[in-house]
Amino acid sequence: MSGRVLVGVKRVIDYAVKIRVKPDNSSVVTDGVKHSMNPFCEIAVEEAVKLKEKKLIKEVVAVSCGPQQAQETIRTALAMGADRGIHVQVAGKDYESMGPLQVSKIMAALAKKEDAQLVILGKQAIDDDCNQTGQMTAALLDWPQGTFASEVALEGDKIKVVREIDGGLETIRINTPAVITADLRLNTPRYATLPNIMKAKKKKIANMKPEDLGVDLTSRLEVLRVDEPPQREAGVKVETVEDLVGKLKDAGRV
Amino acid sequence: MAAVGALGRIGKLSSSICRNHRLIFNRSPHRRGIATCIDPAHGLSDEQKEFQKMAFDFAANEMAPHMAEWDQKEIFPVETMRKAAQLGFGGIYVQPDVGGSGLSRLDTSIIFEALSTGCVSTTAYISIHNMCAWMIDTFGNTEQREKFCPILCSMEKFASYCLTEPGSGSDAASLLTSAQRKGDHYILNGSKAFISGGGDTDVYVVMCRTGGKGPKGISCLVVEKGTPGLSFGKKEQKVGWNSQPTRAVIFEDCAVPVTNRLGEEGQGFSIAMRGLNGGRINIASCSLGAAHASVLLAKDHLLVRKQFGETLSNNQFLQFKLAEMATKLVASRLLVREAATALQENRPDAVSLCSMAKLFATDECFNICNQALQMHGGYGYLKDYAVQQFVRDIRVHQILEGTNEVMRMIISRNLLSES
Repeated sequence: MSGRVLVGVKRVIDYAVKIRVKPDNSSVVTDGVKHSMNPFCEIAVEEAVKLKEKKLIKEVVAVSCGPQQAQETIRTALAMGADRGIHVQVAGKDYESMGPLQVSKIMAALAKKEDAQLVILGKQAIDDDCNQTGQMTAALLDWPQGTFASEVALEGDKIKVVREIDGGLETIRINTPAVITADLRLNTPRYATLPNIMKAKKKKIANMKPEDLGVDLTSRLEVLRVDEPPQREAGVKVETVEDLVGKLKDAGRV
Repeated sequence: MAAVGALGRIGKLSSSICRNHRLIFNRSPHRRGIATCIDPAHGLSDEQKEFQKMAFDFAANEMAPHMAEWDQKEIFPVETMRKAAQLGFGGIYVQPDVGGSGLSRLDTSIIFEALSTGCVSTTAYISIHNMCAWMIDTFGNTEQREKFCPILCSMEKFASYCLTEPGSGSDAASLLTSAQRKGDHYILNGSKAFISGGGDTDVYVVMCRTGGKGPKGISCLVVEKGTPGLSFGKKEQKVGWNSQPTRAVIFEDCAVPVTNRLGEEGQGFSIAMRGLNGGRINIASCSLGAAHASVLLAKDHLLVRKQFGETLSNNQFLQFKLAEMATKLVASRLLVREAATALQENRPDAVSLCSMAKLFATDECFNICNQALQMHGGYGYLKDYAVQQFVRDIRVHQILEGTNEVMRMIISRNLLSES
């Protein structure tokens, strides 16, 4: 086993920002808006770094797909303890239409190229909430997947994953190589330390293009329109429980 | 039954919002994302932005939620400060060979400004601790550096800076605490006043008189807690800075080894002043953070509070007031950062610039916080709202580390000196 872990990190609009839709309803405003690493990607990086600290794996490679600014996100991963980075350059229209399908093709190609033992991703990104990249990557590689992981334990050439599912917790044992997606309770990401931020400057980030990996970025989706959620409207006060049930029935809710 | 399942799903989805399971809704004012004119990240290098982001995150998660409690209960947050030290905040501009982070004065200013948005009082103490660690790092010999700096940088031990006395504040060079040489010890007699951390800290950097009158008779000694003859006065009750204890430090025939002297006899005053140059930038930086947080709090309030049929943000007087506050904040920040750069580069104007930055930033930022409180109306006066704590905490920045009057003395002396 190569002992190499690939971690995907996505640059998204910071979770604390109030999102605004562009006047032409084509997308949300991103210019001048604070961006940061997707919180689930932070959890993924933390898990990979912890595995390295336990000496269960040898190298953590942080990967991001996007324009020049994606390098900031890779640097954050390096400051948390990743060993090196790979920036797959995607810009302009390609970047706007890039989605889980394209990213998973890139991740799959890189996993093969880097002879990765494990691919760890966040379960979903907080901008599109797709929750697809991990699953698609596993399918493209024909690897097992442990998604919504709240616990990961390496056991020889197998991995025990505790998954958070609707019914509770499910424990599975999968073979390596595998894809894991991180859920909220997997760990608490560390703060980068000042020395690590400085060391991160010296770590290498390799640049490449999707063509170098033989990946076609054409999207099968077209975004027609982006709207804000409907404004919350005033409620109606009712006097009795019968009134309440009656109104719910009228509204077709019951 | 379907409704219950749906509610459960909503509950789970809402868990996917925040890192560290913290409330994100309104408690962290500096986390607003639109890049406005007062964004403190403007003009910084990528690496500085990383330091700053990390410091803001630490302030939001580890300090801001406790700021009010630390103030009300007068808690010295040792564990939180040690967490900060683990990230490298214990000796930011101390050299790496003794455990410091080896960063520049500008990096330091950026970090303290960010941390201050979480709690001014705690950040101000951390900056004093840093100043002491730097003094030992810079003026200590190998043994002293190796003995004290690593444990200070990790905050295994805490430090205090002891210059002021009941009889000598602005007139610091007239200090009376005496250190009589007896064999291989100095015997200290006297007392220091208003010492931040006094009684709870372990390492005291003390300016005392080994020679004749005036600055040239002053030396700098490191006194460790537990030394016989070292005692402390009562804990002072203050308007702000309540997360750090303030006490008198009393020396009664306190014997301190000569090997604990930093630098030469007679060098103590110069060491103290050089420490203060950086200290002034640090304190000014803490004021910047408080003002930044206060402007954001005021902005949020103006956008929410309605009177006379519209939000306060539609009121031209308040719009203009906010604009003035923002302008003064950015002007203060630029002066502080320029002073930090000048100090780092050892420029001839460094001392004056540090004094100007401290004078300007502490005065303007206090006014900004005060205005922000006013904009909150009656709510601004309640301890439920953070803005009053920023006002109370930074008020003292206009007084300590050299009063703003003394800053004017330094600047005018530079202007009027014959050469």
